[in-house]
Amino acid sequence: MTTFQPKSVVILGALSGVARYIADGFAREGFAVALAGRDLEEMELLAADLRERHEVTCCCLKFDALDIDSHASFVQETTEALGALPGGVVACFGYMADQTEAQRDFALIRKTLDTNLTGAISILERFAAAFEERQSGFMAALSSVAGDRGRKANYFYGAAKAGLSAYLQGLRNRLHASGVKVTTIKPGFMDTPMTYGMDLPGALVAAPQSAAQAMTRAILKGKNVVYVPFFWRYIMWIIRSIPEWQFKKMSI
Amino acid sequence: MTLPTAQTPIAGWGRYNPVVCSCVRPERSNALAAFLETNGEPLVARGLGRSYGDASVNQEGLVVDFTRMNRIRAFDPETGVLECEGGVSLADILTVFVPRGFFLPVTPGTKYVTVAGAIANDVHGKNHHCDGSFAQFVDSIELWTPARGVLTCSPTENADIFWATAGGVGLTGVILTARLRLLSIDSAYVRVDYQRCANLDATLDAMAASDQYYRYSVAWVDCLAQNASLGRSVLMRGNHTLANTLPESKASTPYRLPRRPGLTIPVDFPGCVLNHYSVKAFNTLFYAKNRDARDVVVDYDKYFYPLDGIHQWNRMYGRKGFIQYQATFPLESREGLVKLLERLAGSGRASFLAVLKCFGAASPGLLSHPMPGYTLTLDIPNGLGLTAFVASLDRLLLEYGGRLYLAKDALARPEAIEAMYPNLKTFREIRAKLDPNRLLASNLSRRLRLDG
Repeated sequence: MTTFQPKSVVILGALSGVARYIADGFAREGFAVALAGRDLEEMELLAADLRERHEVTCCCLKFDALDIDSHASFVQETTEALGALPGGVVACFGYMADQTEAQRDFALIRKTLDTNLTGAISILERFAAAFEERQSGFMAALSSVAGDRGRKANYFYGAAKAGLSAYLQGLRNRLHASGVKVTTIKPGFMDTPMTYGMDLPGALVAAPQSAAQAMTRAILKGKNVVYVPFFWRYIMWIIRSIPEWQFKKMSI
Repeated sequence: MTLPTAQTPIAGWGRYNPVVCSCVRPERSNALAAFLETNGEPLVARGLGRSYGDASVNQEGLVVDFTRMNRIRAFDPETGVLECEGGVSLADILTVFVPRGFFLPVTPGTKYVTVAGAIANDVHGKNHHCDGSFAQFVDSIELWTPARGVLTCSPTENADIFWATAGGVGLTGVILTARLRLLSIDSAYVRVDYQRCANLDATLDAMAASDQYYRYSVAWVDCLAQNASLGRSVLMRGNHTLANTLPESKASTPYRLPRRPGLTIPVDFPGCVLNHYSVKAFNTLFYAKNRDARDVVVDYDKYFYPLDGIHQWNRMYGRKGFIQYQATFPLESREGLVKLLERLAGSGRASFLAVLKCFGAASPGLLSHPMPGYTLTLDIPNGLGLTAFVASLDRLLLEYGGRLYLAKDALARPEAIEAMYPNLKTFREIRAKLDPNRLLASNLSRRLRLDG
């Protein structure tokens, strides 16, 4: 495993379904953790939990992916809270609107793109600049298998995540020279509030605890692109291989 | 505020009679609070679903899954007091605090239960004869109630509500957080004495004579043995071990457990796997293989949670499921216990080893199960005539002044429970004030008419 200095991480969107367990995974490895999100009160509960369980430093920061203007000062705020520029950043926030509602309401499409793509690029660019200058660090973001191929069931979300995946690819290419690792995480279905109650094939739905464990491991190993659970790599390979003339007639 | 709903077939751990329920699973405190404030449907809180019957099943309303409300709030190493949300599991507590020298003050035979579930069923463990039950180690709880909002309850504040909640199977409110006194330990190991007893009298006499020397005491009974061997058992009694008395290989890391692979039962066994002959062979072998031994050093996981090593062991009983029957007889009713064992052995209903324990003093919990006496616990697979057979056991139990355990029960009649729990009247009065519109309900509460 690569060693990162300092041993600290910022989790953006710390209250999203799987983020809590990613934060837990880093804390277990002895990382100081900065939780960032919109609801400070709720994050404090999580911070107390991480401190008691793992005896690590843990602090909370206000962060809103849609509030682009606030991103300029966020790296500085994180640095002050942790006492040094963090070792790495993991972007876990995301937003998925109901597809049919979004087709009727452009505001929802816009929020989907602004959160998953524009907001992510905005904040990650800030960290990228700081890490590039320091010549070390790790960056990871939760993209999605939905970005691997556009489907009628959720193509706004898919378009945003496809954009994010392409962005991360380019970023990885750029930061390679400075030794900064960039990990694209493509989760399949996870048992989180986003999917709770949906009619999904049970065997394909991963527990967020084990999914987060795989993600944390991939980030710490400095992997490039990781599907979680691993078998989604093969599922998506098959889905991508279907010719377009056939795919356009399908409902999957 | 509404939370996403899932329609899921659920049952107790016995997988007896699953039904489709509307479930919600809050993950944030503010979302939970908003939900509780506006919800108008009868609900029951569910943790890890280890109660065997229908205590955490609710067909007419909602089941609220609390497994994600599981954050630790604070821990004071000076006093050993842990404050946590109700959905924290005992397994979590062990993982975090055994390495720091603390153990659960009371633990049931599985660590996969939540703190709130342990309070709501006032669970007991192998140390009941000297320490009492789980709720007796709870300093206070935050309880959401339909009529009065969030209340702090403890043995000194809102004491009547506290003792109605301990063992109250979720019908007084929703346990949001709890403060629990952990037990300081010097190592993760227990020093166990194994002793075979040829029949029931020998077992009970041994317990009476020397349980006082052990913090933990339990007997595994072969309840298929008959006649002179009726109630033959292996007594397993132990105490926590001091680190400096551990063998050298363990003394330097006294809180570390040996690694062992977990097993999983991936599919339902066919119903015929566990039959009278296979179980009888197992029980006979178990009794024959065990030898008397003293001072055996066993790690806590192996001693307290032998079945937790096999994930989803409840699938062994096949698709139809099983019930767990736990009956407690008062000390003076040894005869009742003998009759119960005779009836079980004669019935040919296969059951793995049953567990026998001698209880100590009762807790003040109004519906807490333990009372001074003998408690026998066994699994009975679902099969033809199960209801009638269990009803006959219930009658026998009533005749001898015994009682059933709500956390296990799936089949009892309301009249029986009313006769077994004289405090039920007081419980109903307290409950009526906290929940006048009956927003807390479960299949168990309706079946047993716990509301009156």
